[in-house]
Amino acid sequence: MDVTFRIRRYNPEHPTNKKPYWQEFTLKDVAETDRVLEMLHRIKWEQDGTLSFRRSCSSGICGSDAMRINGRNALACKLLIRDVGTKIQVEPILGLPVIKDLIVDMEPFFAQYRAIMPYLVNNDPLPDDGRERLQSPEDRIIYDDTTNCILCACCTTSCPSYWANGQYVGPAAIVQAHRFIFDSRDQAAEERLNVLADPNGVWRCRTIYNCTPACPRGIEVTRAIGEVKLAIRKGSPQGIIDPKNVKVHH
Amino acid sequence: MQTHQFDAVIVGAGGAGLMAALYASRGGANVAVVSKLYPTRSHTGAALGGIGAALGNLEEDKPIWHAYDTVKGGDYLADQDAVKVLAEDAVRAIIELEHMGLPFDRTPEGRISQRRFGGHTSNFGQKAVRRACHSADRTGHMILQTLYQQCIKANVNFFDEYHVVDVIMNQGHAVGVVAVQLGTGELHVFHSKATLFATGGWGRVWRITSNAHSYTGDGAAIVFRRGVPMEDLEFYQFHPTGLYGLGVLLTEGIRGEGGVLLNRYGERFMERYAPRIKDLASRDVISRAIYLEIRDGKGIQGKDYVHLDVRPETVNRYLAEAGEDRRIDAAYVAKNLAETLDVCRTYAGVDPLTEPMPVQPTAHYAMGGIPTNVNAEVVIDANWTVLPGLYAAGECACASVHGANRLGTNSLVDLVVFGRRGGMAMADYAKHADFVPLPPNPAGEVAAELERLRSSRGKTRPGDLRRQMQQVMMDHVGVFREEKGIQSAIDSVAELRERYQNDLVIDDRGQRFNTDLMEAWELGCLLDLAQATAQSALVRTESRGAHSREDYQQRDDANWLVHTLVFNKHQGAQVKGPLELEIDLNKKVNMSLAEEDERFLPRERVY
Repeated sequence: MDVTFRIRRYNPEHPTNKKPYWQEFTLKDVAETDRVLEMLHRIKWEQDGTLSFRRSCSSGICGSDAMRINGRNALACKLLIRDVGTKIQVEPILGLPVIKDLIVDMEPFFAQYRAIMPYLVNNDPLPDDGRERLQSPEDRIIYDDTTNCILCACCTTSCPSYWANGQYVGPAAIVQAHRFIFDSRDQAAEERLNVLADPNGVWRCRTIYNCTPACPRGIEVTRAIGEVKLAIRKGSPQGIIDPKNVKVHH
Repeated sequence: MQTHQFDAVIVGAGGAGLMAALYASRGGANVAVVSKLYPTRSHTGAALGGIGAALGNLEEDKPIWHAYDTVKGGDYLADQDAVKVLAEDAVRAIIELEHMGLPFDRTPEGRISQRRFGGHTSNFGQKAVRRACHSADRTGHMILQTLYQQCIKANVNFFDEYHVVDVIMNQGHAVGVVAVQLGTGELHVFHSKATLFATGGWGRVWRITSNAHSYTGDGAAIVFRRGVPMEDLEFYQFHPTGLYGLGVLLTEGIRGEGGVLLNRYGERFMERYAPRIKDLASRDVISRAIYLEIRDGKGIQGKDYVHLDVRPETVNRYLAEAGEDRRIDAAYVAKNLAETLDVCRTYAGVDPLTEPMPVQPTAHYAMGGIPTNVNAEVVIDANWTVLPGLYAAGECACASVHGANRLGTNSLVDLVVFGRRGGMAMADYAKHADFVPLPPNPAGEVAAELERLRSSRGKTRPGDLRRQMQQVMMDHVGVFREEKGIQSAIDSVAELRERYQNDLVIDDRGQRFNTDLMEAWELGCLLDLAQATAQSALVRTESRGAHSREDYQQRDDANWLVHTLVFNKHQGAQVKGPLELEIDLNKKVNMSLAEEDERFLPRERVY
């Protein structure tokens, strides 16, 4: 079958056309099971080498190819033609400055990530026996969901609160904070909760819920944000998540 | 052009690069990590099933057993001194990863959980052992995330989306690298005392591959163009279970949990090829078995794939048959193989809980690469001569711990063990070494090459050349090889390389994020490595590990317990003229473990 792509183009280096514009491409012999990313490659490799986008693993784990496809954020490598139909509109994710075509400046996003201290803090001496710190399977499972995050920015750039205010730390940074706040080995929950209690922290979240369906990893983003809000109210992450209620993805 | 100066410059921000950055920085060095991708995009993140170490958390295990499996799995080509280091350091390195925060799955006692994996056994091959430490089936993702987190904590300097295109040599030393800042197109020179390449592999040489689009062998090709030989390139691993048609990897952990391979008659054919450990035999053995089944017309519907079945009823039937008490259910599979379920449902529309998965061998991992010693220092000849200031670790390097075939989980072990040692070695080196000056105009040559590509006005698109190279290599330098086919691959790749120089055209002539240009440059790296791989495969007239010659079907220990070193006679950053290669077969395999214990001597490899 034939499919038509309508792609948002932008190249400030272009000799004549320095403003963003839409361009259409038609591809022939497309199968239902072809990936959107493969089709973008076909356009680039067969029709127009100037089309620019990021990609790497093409199997949904590296997080490079977050795009707005038919109005929804997704990884181009995880969507098949049968998921998106034969008329496909592709534009860069919203809320971050566009550098060229589908490539946005990720620096603000990573700065927000770094702001929540995204690393384990534990100042206790290491176990005397030279072995691992112990953690029960129950303590391990309560932060399992948020360890799935690949920092693709699908959630953050689907959030209307983030579009309205780029100073908002955003869903992805909160997900990453959650991963440490609820890790029994970590000792910096209080500092992270303080960062997130800031006016540009979790309270900018209005539970609009765009983030959860946008996550290509199936993380329950809104729920994680809710758990962090609860921890801030209680002043502690203790007892908020019941390991028996943690959903295992099916 | 900007020039930067750092004690240690690390090229690549996957597991090996970040591990090196962390340990070099802990050792007091001022470190820069230069990577064409954001660190979290690196391909380490795609590693699934686990990382092997003899922690013995669930049953007795010893590093020497891990070493034995690695040597045997590598079909006796691995350097045994390096394997000993790998197996012993693995325990320390994995405990350190846990201390850094890596969320390993846990045993009921709260220790790191471990599972079975192909080729890993206890007591010198007696039975499968639980050695693979795991974090669901996203272990590589968790290693990458954890190391990046720790590098942020340690204030490592990151140059993200800076694409390294040349290594700078002067006075017999490596003195830095040249990189393109992708966002602006500007060239940067990084002047260093020590430079480590951790740029991963080159699976994009082949048509069906599990590897990322960005896995184009840049680091290996760059140093190869500057006089460093490549070691054992003919040993390239095809993973047996790539998703049919796409090559996306389905982890060996599926078989570790009890999944089985079936042909069109529903026969568990690995019982015939590896009677003892069956579907957990090492990867080369299974990939060949699948090819032979397909050749016999036993592929599914007579096509070129077989089934991988992890449905609980199938697994439980074989567990019962084997007299094991363990049983699994759908919830267990869903929890432990979440990535697998997602991949199969997304890409194949197959639900592994109710249907078997269609699989075929997929180009996966380079056992060979930039030769190093156990401290990740690059060695440039058969006499182990070190090139001062140059280091390599991870898949782009060849220590050689994987020999002729890598065991599952050992890629992650390799990158943490040798990334760590490389980082420490760089810090030590930087403490007492001075900066060797940069040569005049250090970026000139590669700048000329990039301008040639940018302004090329021939008729052939890079994508066309790449597709042809991938098909030729798949057909003739894949799981099975023979002289005529390999020679035809060499001739074809040489011809493609000629067109690359004389008839290329690209569309994008700009500076800003010119992915058209950088993909063309990467293709040059792939072509060099493809031809050098085929040449190495032609020379080795025996079958060993992943290198299966149909015209030389036996392993030949009398003549071939040596590494293949291939040298590039032309030196320079430009792709110019035909690739002239020279082979040196004087580097003998290190047999130090065998000298103490005869179980490490080469013998017939049965599973």
